[in-house]
Amino acid sequence: MPMTDARDTPVPPPDGAAAAVGEPLISVRGVSKLFGDFAALKDIDLDIHRGEVVALIGASGSGKSTLCRCINRLETVSDGVITVDGRPLPEEGRELARLRSEVGMVFQSFNLFPHLRAVENVTLGPMKVRGVPKAEARAEAMELLARVGLQGKEHSLPAQLSGGQQQRVAIARALAMHPKAMLFDEPTSALDPEVIKEVLDVMTELAEAGMTMLVVTHEMGFARHVCDRVVFMDSGEIVESAEPEAFFTAPRSQRAKDFLGKVLAH
Amino acid sequence: MEIILENWPMLLGGIGTTIALTVLGYGFALILGTALAVCRVSPIPPLRGAATVYVEIFRNIPLLSLLILIAFGLPDAGLLLPYFWCGVLGLTLSSAAFVCENVRSGINTVPIGHAEAARSIGLGFFGVLRYVVLPQAFRTMISPLVNVFIGTLIGSSLCAAISVAEITYVTQQLNIRTAEAVLLFLVAGVIYLALSLAAASGGIALEKALAPGRRRRPTTTQAMMGAQQA
Ligand SMILES: Nc1ncnc2c1ncn2[C@@H]1O[C@H](COP(=O)(O)OP(=O)(O)OP(=O)(O)O)[C@@H](O)[C@H]1O
Ligand SMILES: [Mg+2]
Repeated sequence: MPMTDARDTPVPPPDGAAAAVGEPLISVRGVSKLFGDFAALKDIDLDIHRGEVVALIGASGSGKSTLCRCINRLETVSDGVITVDGRPLPEEGRELARLRSEVGMVFQSFNLFPHLRAVENVTLGPMKVRGVPKAEARAEAMELLARVGLQGKEHSLPAQLSGGQQQRVAIARALAMHPKAMLFDEPTSALDPEVIKEVLDVMTELAEAGMTMLVVTHEMGFARHVCDRVVFMDSGEIVESAEPEAFFTAPRSQRAKDFLGKVLAH
Repeated sequence: MEIILENWPMLLGGIGTTIALTVLGYGFALILGTALAVCRVSPIPPLRGAATVYVEIFRNIPLLSLLILIAFGLPDAGLLLPYFWCGVLGLTLSSAAFVCENVRSGINTVPIGHAEAARSIGLGFFGVLRYVVLPQAFRTMISPLVNVFIGTLIGSSLCAAISVAEITYVTQQLNIRTAEAVLLFLVAGVIYLALSLAAASGGIALEKALAPGRRRRPTTTQAMMGAQQA
């Protein structure tokens, strides 16, 4: 722990405990995002607390990916403020690059680095961004890969892994940066039905271990049974935010009813 | 044939000079061209603009004009370079524009998601380029970069116009003495051909070496050849 910590705060609260009820970990305030004159996000407010697992659902084009990308600053916002752990993200620069890794991101298309082996995909960030020595980074990467059920696959190239395995490497890669929160943008949408479960299982374990998560998903079972809250978006707006049970059994808005009518009919 | 044998030392010298011009011009062009390509994909608009202007200028000036401008224009501006180095400079400036475009399109073959994933784990602009984008782009760049090498080699023959004693210049001198143009330029042509083929096979070897033990995916060309047989 850095020495300054003790001097800055006279009575440092025990890690997490006090903060859990107060400050949200991720706070989105009045955020809009324009692409030209098209508003992909319109005045979004969203708080995600420590340890909370939030499902983000909505029709295609409603702005779910855009919101994730804004939280991770892969996209700049046109208006409003997003803070992570109380700090607004700075403009582009070295500091932003480092801070960005405090929020891990898992993509629909995995995006593993194809020229690197599974374990190297995981160690790249820790070694090059956090300056962790190679041996230490490798040891932790092996542990993380084992945690996502990939013992024995550490030295495979992404092309030699199935989609489900690749996505689990991608999760391990994000976890290796010790993120405070994880964003999942349709992590199972590109997967065959039989391997969706292995990825959802890893995410469920992560949720149970207390990770703060925002999950864009079409897996309504996951949203209902694993998530603490469901946020429903339509046309760039948050239309509804509710406990999963309440949302799925008695949605308040007509738009949510229509959406659920469509997805649950399948 | 006797002309060739008698003047072999002079021809060998010419070959050496051609190789030196090509290797130096291409080597510097690789460095300058890669730097320009990095500028062209950088988030800083003035850098992007400057690199674009550079490419448009040097890719569109005939090399011969460029060489003559350098050899006879620079002294006017007070900078006196030996003709050999004028040749190297001209080849560098011209080839760098082509290297830049090839590196840039190589960078564009890397899916955007890989760069975003790299940013999401905290890598900055140079980290993303160095560890994720360029290693992947490099393999697709080899064959176009071999083309630039061959272009530089063939372009080096224009240095004859500024009296650099490379193959073409030597051949011209011998021709003035012996009036055996066809034979002499045939020999020069064969020498250029041999050097180009050597460079091309070096490129193929490099491509193979960079894909150790990986199953090589069939190319579209192979698929089309298969279609013809069927
Ligand atoms: N870079 C961009 N330029 C222009 N428009 C964009 C861009 N990115 C997204 N959009 C638009 O913003 C809207 C929201 O896109 P977004 O990808 O966030 O939707 P989504 O909810 O994630 O949809 P899906 O379920 O299909 O992934 C869409 O209409 C899309 O066309
Ligand atoms: Mg999306």
